[in-house]
Amino acid sequence: MKLFDPDRLPIFLAIALLGFLVVYLIQRAKRGQTFFIRKIAGLEAVEEAVGRATEMGKPILYVPGIDDANNIQTIYSMIILGYVAKMVARYETPLIVPIAKAFVVPLAEETTRQAYLDAGHPDAWNRNNIRYLSDEQFAFAAGVNGIILRERPAANLYMGSFFAESLLLAETGFQTGAIQIAGTANIHQLPFFVVACDYTLIGEEFFAATAYLSREPRLVGTLKGTDYVKVVILVVLVVGALLATVHVNFLHEFLNLE
Amino acid sequence: MSLTQRIEALDRRWIFLLMLFSMSFPLIVHIRLPVRTSPEARGFYESIEALHAGDVVYLASDYDPGGKAELEPMLLAVLDHLFRKDVKIVGATLWPAGSPLLERAYKTVAPKYNKTYGVDYVHLGFKEGKENVMVQLGKSIREVFPVDYYGTKLDSLPLMHSGFNGNPIDKLGDTKLLVNISIGYPGTKEWVQQVRGRFQMKMISGCAAVSAPEYFPYVQSGQLSGLLGGLAGAAEYEQLIGRPGWGVTGMAAQSLSHVTIVLLILVGNFVYFWNRRKGAARS
Amino acid sequence: MLRREIPIFLAVMVGWFMVGEFFFPWAEPGGTEVQQMAVIITAAGVILGVANVIRINLLKVSRRQKDWQYSIFLLVGLIVMGFLGTVLPIVHAAVKGGAWTLGSLNLVGITDGTVFDRLYNRIYVPLSATMYGLLAFYIASAAFRAFRVRSTEAALLAAAAIIVMIGRVPLGEKIWDGIPLLTDWIMNVPQLAAKRAILIGAALGGIATGLKILLGIERNFLGSD
Repeated sequence: MKLFDPDRLPIFLAIALLGFLVVYLIQRAKRGQTFFIRKIAGLEAVEEAVGRATEMGKPILYVPGIDDANNIQTIYSMIILGYVAKMVARYETPLIVPIAKAFVVPLAEETTRQAYLDAGHPDAWNRNNIRYLSDEQFAFAAGVNGIILRERPAANLYMGSFFAESLLLAETGFQTGAIQIAGTANIHQLPFFVVACDYTLIGEEFFAATAYLSREPRLVGTLKGTDYVKVVILVVLVVGALLATVHVNFLHEFLNLE
Repeated sequence: MSLTQRIEALDRRWIFLLMLFSMSFPLIVHIRLPVRTSPEARGFYESIEALHAGDVVYLASDYDPGGKAELEPMLLAVLDHLFRKDVKIVGATLWPAGSPLLERAYKTVAPKYNKTYGVDYVHLGFKEGKENVMVQLGKSIREVFPVDYYGTKLDSLPLMHSGFNGNPIDKLGDTKLLVNISIGYPGTKEWVQQVRGRFQMKMISGCAAVSAPEYFPYVQSGQLSGLLGGLAGAAEYEQLIGRPGWGVTGMAAQSLSHVTIVLLILVGNFVYFWNRRKGAARS
Repeated sequence: MLRREIPIFLAVMVGWFMVGEFFFPWAEPGGTEVQQMAVIITAAGVILGVANVIRINLLKVSRRQKDWQYSIFLLVGLIVMGFLGTVLPIVHAAVKGGAWTLGSLNLVGITDGTVFDRLYNRIYVPLSATMYGLLAFYIASAAFRAFRVRSTEAALLAAAAIIVMIGRVPLGEKIWDGIPLLTDWIMNVPQLAAKRAILIGAALGGIATGLKILLGIERNFLGSD
């Protein structure tokens, strides 16, 4: 039996490169080096949305997607929720968080409670605002629509993994005139969010949101690591295309492309 | 209020009514339109057409009642094509509510071709675990599904011994083709990521129309040998196999509803800009 | 230590082993065992999920929280289907009973011809399909009310959407032969390029987060820091 599968060497090298860059850049960020992150309009609008809701005396709705706690988008959504909750806590604006998966409830409760504590307003935290609705996709959508139509939040934030219910949520929110900011890495739902929301974080912008908002070294380092790997991929793409054009195939064979 | 202002403020229930009419009218008057075949649908068809009698395929039927309208015509057409070619089918689902739908599809198509359960097709049922189950199936089907949907041990089903030279069908690699019909997660992308690359299986997929654009890169790279997108994909495939069904029937309704949505976009933008212009002129 | 260090240790150890299993063939038997464990644990997780759903909805009913009446429907449905699909077959097998029927339907089991299957097909399927079908109406409403061409990018989006919508249905070819070809070009060139780029970006983001979890840097999956 082989010690190492040689067919998977390119993948191993790519992961090793990404891992090295992530760790290295996190260390650099921890030591105080600042890294440039371009402006992301949707994230700039979060504070505006919170301010608007506070002025109008209306709640903010934060939907962390419908996927389970093991989904990376849900994990990132919890980080963003913490940031939003800290902002909201300062203004004591109600923050409603409908949840679709039972295992996400304790995560959301702890994230928001900690955020309120960090903001110095632990008493303002209301457990009843973290509402588990249903595991069933469209029952959850119906429940959230009910919250939107009854409680008329001034701002709706959809951050996480969404599927077919995305348009149902966004369109209902649009009807109530709320400012809507969405972010998901589920590519197939992006068109619906782009159409019905004021701002949309597309794909990797959603992952960048956490680094952008918190400027935490480990998040910024990760973001820059993936950025540098993208540069490597771009170089390989261009070089590979040129080589393939002149029928030089060693890169194609090395990368084990079918 | 001017006409354009009233149109802009139109109660959305009128729009719902318009959509209802545009979708149901072609179905009521039985309008049929000829269907053009896309290269992706042709790839799907030819992958199954290349199979021989006695070959075994793995059918991953990963959808629930929400996806029934788009995907059931596809599934019925796939079963029709496979049974017609005397290809044997090992079917299962990774969606909790998917098992009865696969059972119903089998029971609809199998009798037409006098196919026998356990000999010509098998329903393994549902297993929770998503990508884990996919990888495990690549190593051992029996470890994941020791019994089938009806509680029968796999070893007592003749089809599970119909591999090459009478060898058992023990893992995905013992089948000739992976046919995936899916509506979301877990679905096509996960099968490509976990199985296609790892076990080098030939794979074709039918998916919801909204997901199809996401899988075009896989078709272009050869990771998927064919792709059917939504009801239109089902219609193309039904036309290719010469068995028009709900896919073809639904095309007229889909055509009119698409035209309706296009008109709504155009009218909506027209009244919006017209009213803004009039408002600006007044001020 | 139980709440954080041990789960992080388990996540890191198992995660690295599974990554290693992908590259080192000698680790495959161990990887297979771990995956089988994962399948069992996920199934156990479903039971926990059901228990949690019952707990939360019972709490809602007992405290008469908002919309508590809907929780009754949920609990009744869950208990009936769970009883028919899980409890009754176990009881039937234990007492080695004969056919337990309700009219022409079998009470035991979940396959065709059972009460469970009848409830599934007559209640769950229509409800689920209807909810999904609502999307068509919402898309129309969103197209009319929300889809505004306010910029060059939005105009390009609208133009591409209109061409693809018309080109993907038979009517497109009837209007003009070139529409389906234009649709194919849009789907196979600009759309595919953009999708591929987003796929790569999203995948890199996912891999990076996975690596952070494996390195113990990312701990948010356990709750906030």
